[in-house]
Order: sequence, then C-alpha cells, then structure tokens
Amino acid sequence: MKYIEEFRNADYAKTLAKAIAQQAHPGKHYRLMEFCGGHTHTIHRYGLPSLLPGNVEMIHGPGCPVCVLPIARIDKAIALATMPDVILCSYGDMLRVPGSGQQSLLQAKARGADVRMVYSVDDALTIAEQNPNKEVVFFAIGFETTTPPTAYVIKQAEKLHLTNFSVFCNHVLTPVAMDSLLQMQNVTTHPSSRACEGSPKRSGDPSQARDDVREAGSVNLDGFVGPAHVSIVIGSQAYETVSQKYNKPIVIAGFEPLDVLHSILMLIEQINDNRCCVEIQYTRAVTREGNLRSQMLMAEVLELRSSFEWRGLGFIPHSALQIKSAFANFDAEKRFNLPETAGVEHKQCDCGAILRGQKKPSDCKLFAKVCTPENPLGSCMVSSEGACAAVYAYGRAGAHA
Amino acid sequence: MSETKTLESTRIKRIIGPKLNIKQGCIDLSHGSGGRASAQLIEQLFFAAFDNEWLAQKNDQACFSIKAGRMVMTTDAHVISPLFFPGGDIGSLAVNGTINDIAMSGAKPLHLSASFILEEGFPLSDLQKIATSMATAARAANVAIITGDTKVVERGKGDGVFITTTGIGVVADGIMISGDKARPGDKVLVSGYVGDHGVAIMSLRNNLRFSTTIESDTAALHDLVSHMINAAPSLHCLRDPTRGGIATSLNEWALQSQVGFIIDECKIPIRTEVASACELLGLDAMYVANEGKLLAICAPEESDSLLTVMRAHPQGLNAAIIGEVVHDPRCFVQLQTSTGGMRMMDWLAGEQLPRIC
Repeated sequence: MKYIEEFRNADYAKTLAKAIAQQAHPGKHYRLMEFCGGHTHTIHRYGLPSLLPGNVEMIHGPGCPVCVLPIARIDKAIALATMPDVILCSYGDMLRVPGSGQQSLLQAKARGADVRMVYSVDDALTIAEQNPNKEVVFFAIGFETTTPPTAYVIKQAEKLHLTNFSVFCNHVLTPVAMDSLLQMQNVTTHPSSRACEGSPKRSGDPSQARDDVREAGSVNLDGFVGPAHVSIVIGSQAYETVSQKYNKPIVIAGFEPLDVLHSILMLIEQINDNRCCVEIQYTRAVTREGNLRSQMLMAEVLELRSSFEWRGLGFIPHSALQIKSAFANFDAEKRFNLPETAGVEHKQCDCGAILRGQKKPSDCKLFAKVCTPENPLGSCMVSSEGACAAVYAYGRAGAHA
Repeated sequence: MSETKTLESTRIKRIIGPKLNIKQGCIDLSHGSGGRASAQLIEQLFFAAFDNEWLAQKNDQACFSIKAGRMVMTTDAHVISPLFFPGGDIGSLAVNGTINDIAMSGAKPLHLSASFILEEGFPLSDLQKIATSMATAARAANVAIITGDTKVVERGKGDGVFITTTGIGVVADGIMISGDKARPGDKVLVSGYVGDHGVAIMSLRNNLRFSTTIESDTAALHDLVSHMINAAPSLHCLRDPTRGGIATSLNEWALQSQVGFIIDECKIPIRTEVASACELLGLDAMYVANEGKLLAICAPEESDSLLTVMRAHPQGLNAAIIGEVVHDPRCFVQLQTSTGGMRMMDWLAGEQLPRIC
C-alpha cells in the first residue's frame, strides 16, 4: 500500500529532516502548533521530535474532537444514555472520557445503560431501523470532517420516516477555534479574578479559560501545521482570514509522517522569508474551495450556534453547529428534556492549558502518575489524538516528552 | 511409548439412549442436567470426536502415568466471537492456544481437559463441528483431550459456547525458559507475520463490513519450539503474543527481566493486507492478536542459527530478528520507526477489540 511505504520512507524523512535543520536559523526558536490531534498522533507515533533540531518545537493544539468537548456535554450524553428505552450510539473514544465525578459512558454501560460503539453514523441509523421500539440517539462529535456524515444521516432518517432516531449534535468549527486561540495569545496580562485555590474548576464558567491564559502567560506561536481531513471539506480558503488577521503562516498537511515533516519545512521557509499565507502541502486531497457538496449539505441541515463551550477555550461565539428547526424532530436536545449539567472538572487537570498549547503534558502534576490511559482523569489522556495520550504512549522514553 | 499408542482409536460404544439428532437438534437445559441427556451428549458428540482410552473409562477424572522431568500446567478460557472464522474456529483455537502456552515453557504438551459452557438453543451441528475441529487439532499435535465438563446456561446467559481448556506437559531437564531471563545484548525473534488473527476476526464483526482474504494464523507451535531448542539450547524466553500483540509480550518481558528493548519496525514481518486493514481501522498491528506466532529471545551468538532453524520449519518460514534487549532500568520498549524516528511502544491501553480469543 502506497501510503504505508512511500509516505513513511526513512530516506525521504532523513532528507527532509536535514533540510529543516539547514533552513532553521540557529539563533531562532520556531514554535509551531499542529492544530490537529491527528498530527499530534503522527508526530509521536513516528518519533518525529527525535528527527527535528532542538530549536524547532512542536506545540500540540486543540484539534482533538474528544478532548475539546466540555464535561457538561459529556454529562448530558450520560444522562441521555441512562434514560429508559434509549440506545446511545457513540464513536469509541467518547466512551472512556470522564465526565463530572469521573463518570464515563463506559461506566454507565457497565451499570446497564445501552451504549453502543459505532464506527460510522450509518451504523446508528441501522440500529434505529432494527429497534423501532427504542429511541436511538447518535452522540455526534467532531470538527468539519465528521459533520457532513451527520448532516447526511439526518436527511436519510427523514427520507426513511424514522421516528425513533435523533442526533445529539456537538459539531464544532476549526477556523473559529484557531481565531479564538490566537485572540487569547494577544490578551495582555492585567488583574483578573482568579479562581479560588482548591475549588473545583467549573467548565461552565466562560471567564475561566481566559483567566487561565493570564496565569500561564501567552504562547507565541510562529505558525500552524493546518488540519488535513477538515481542510478537505472546508478548503484552504477557510483559514485565510485568520492567517492574515494574526499574521500567522498556515501549511495544511496530510497525516503521514513525511507530510508533517514537509509542512514543517514549508512553515520554516515562510517564517524565514517573512511571508504569511495559507499553503497546501496536502495537495493530493485539499483544494482552496474544499468539498462544495459537503459544505452545501452541512448548510442545509445545520446552522451556527450563538455560542458553544470548548474545554480549555471557554465559550466561543459561533464556534459550533446545531440542527436547524426544520429537522427539529431529529434533534436530541429538542426531543429530550436534558438536565442542566454543571460539568465539574478534576481540579488539578491541566487539559485546558494543554489544549491551548500553554502547557506540555509533562507539566501536568497528574500526568503519568495518577492520570494514565487506563485511568484517564482528563480528556487529553483518552483519545489517541489527545496530546497526553500520544506523549504517554510514544514519547516518554525520549527527551521530547 | 504407551502414550502414543493410547491415542489410537479405542472406539467408544454408545450405551445410553437413542441417537442424538445432530443435524437438527439443539442444546436444551436437560443437556446440562447431569442426567441421561447429558450422558447422551457427552458420549455421542464429545467422546465420538475425542475418542481415547481415558475418556472410554468414563470416570470423572483421567488417570495417567507421568514421565521424568518438570511438569507444566496452564489453562485458557475461549470466548471468541464469531465462533467460526477464516482459518479456524473456537475449537481449534481452544486446543492450539493451550498447547502453545505449554510449549512456550519448552515443554512437550501431553494432555488437555476441555470444559464447555453451552447456551440453551445452540445447534448440535455447530457443536459437533467444533468438537471435530478440536479433535483434529489435538490429533495433529499428538495430544489427547482426556477429561472434561459440560454445563448449559439459559438462552441469553451465554453466547453459543465458551470453552476452557487446561493442559499439561513435561519439560526436559536442562531447559530453563522463562520471561525473566532476557539479558542486555540478547536478540529478539518473531516466527512470522504479525496481526493475522486479529484482523481476520475484525473483518467478520458485523459493524465493520470490510472483506479481506486474511485468515487466522491459529496453529500449534510445540514442534517449532522443539526444533528451536535443539538449535539454541540456551533459549532464554518464549511467548506467544496473543491478546495485546507483540507490544504487550515485549512489555511483559521488560518488567519480568528488568530490561529494555529496542525493536526495529522495518524488520517486523507484516502482510500488506494486515497493515492496510490496521490503517483503515486505526489500529496498531503491534497490538493485534496472533494465535500461531511466537516471540523468542536468545543469546546473540545463537541468533543466526536459531533463525535458520525457524525459517526451515513450516511454522517459521517468515521468521525474523526484530530487535534486541538493552539495559534500561525504566523497562521501556522502544521502537525505531519505519520513518527513522524513535518512540515508545507502550502497553496496550484499553481494549482494541473485545472477545478476540
């Protein structure tokens, strides 16, 4: 298989690593954020930090859909799953994410809730067809990559006249999150109401994330390795505004290790040349316009939420999607009376700062001590795309942890 | 030798009750009652398939003489879903799995017991297929299933059939194979392609819907092991990397022996189809289950002759030296990736796929 062999070739990797080392000015520190958790995973799975010079630092971004979902939404999903006659369908990683009080969907399942892991939203639809006497809810999460299938399946459910299928929609938008992240960096330090020491972090508190930013100081990013699959859908033009507004180069990269190394080289060249634009390294899949059919499908079924909470980034206006009222029958938030959930995070968990790129997993007091993939206390330790899980699984042995 | 002779046919005569309707019949609760129906099932289905002198005695235990040497005992429960898969079924898996656990001590496997938990409604024809498959695998390995047990649970309380096999074997004097014997400098070998079993099972799970030509690698490895011991008498460690794959076995050894490993990803034999399927499913083949492969650790000076012997054996045609043991008080298993970077190969977190064996 071409991608397994060619895009992971050690000789090409060496050549690229050499070019990066040559291009990177010795006196300069390059701080590059890979926005996507998929890239974080690639970087650690292939041991790329060991191939980079010391002055090229990769900072892990918030682009892991499992990681950024706030606890309050997980609590709502658990509440849904435990309602009578409900089958909750979810992608695998979401099952293990701890909600308030370290409860997870997996634990709800062990106690009798009907929670099913699916590989595709299509499977959830099939389960709804097979179980006409049950309410089947799909726990939809993800960036623009997984959004078109959710929109499609809602239309499909309408076509099939299904009356027992709905979607708990948690789809979020990448460029808006990037904007918010860079906006936080620009926040200068001034007196703020710090949360009391020892009090549990309320993820529902919109000011919390910005307070944390001030505590930790700003991250000076020099550029972004831009999302791969998300960009196939939304196109490279979706990042042009944010790139210009904050003067940050963005190179959209594929998920193979050579893609990542190549995009790092392209970023360093832009930075050195004092250029700032959105470039596509992942030319075999991404265009400037993106996939117009998918975009139209999303626009037909979904609309912007006025505001949505992100773990680590707080409430961001117009950063997420909800189901349009024309499809309200398929909207789990309208169909069920969901309880208001507080969303209490573990008070020492640094997922928020890690998602903003301000802290490394190894900076967190819980990392690899009490928080491990077997017993995750925060979402970043759950998904293979989460920074903590990637560093824990692959990175602990080297100096690059 | 008397053991070998006793494996030859000693047809067990049907004594109790009418003939079972194996073609159309199914398990009901009476088959677990201990009464006539139980005896009927055991005689006509299990005895008929396993057929040996110990079962013919119809005692609640099997009595046999033992040879000189140290005895090895192991037990393994099998709950795989689906029961039948390309390359094997729960029956051959239950026999080979336990034989392999015995063989990984360097022992010659001798006898097995088999315990069945059957679900009410399970077709007798399927049970016969499974019993026949167990008998075939056991005969091929020259091992007898000499005692067993059958229980029936109500419909919905099991999933067709669960099989637990226990095995015993004898290790010859002078062979000391154990997971705590890896020493820095030792070489690590694998007997062939990794990940076949796990991917074959995964392709059958109804929510995945992808087709593949990959078959499970389920096989008994004791004969390969006996050849290996001849070639490298001071063989340090052997393990069959089942659940959790080769990554898990290496991590277990690292802790047992208080050493580290450096493994070269490029040297690990893997079929393109398996690598592709793992890509598609987001799995790492290093963690995918095998049922007919072994990992070995030997002194560096014996590694080449060991590799030659393995490659000359049908179970080791694609064997390879994949890495070495290093001094590391942290007991880390590290992987030199195909891209040239270095990273950890940690314990498996969570469950890649439930009920794989």
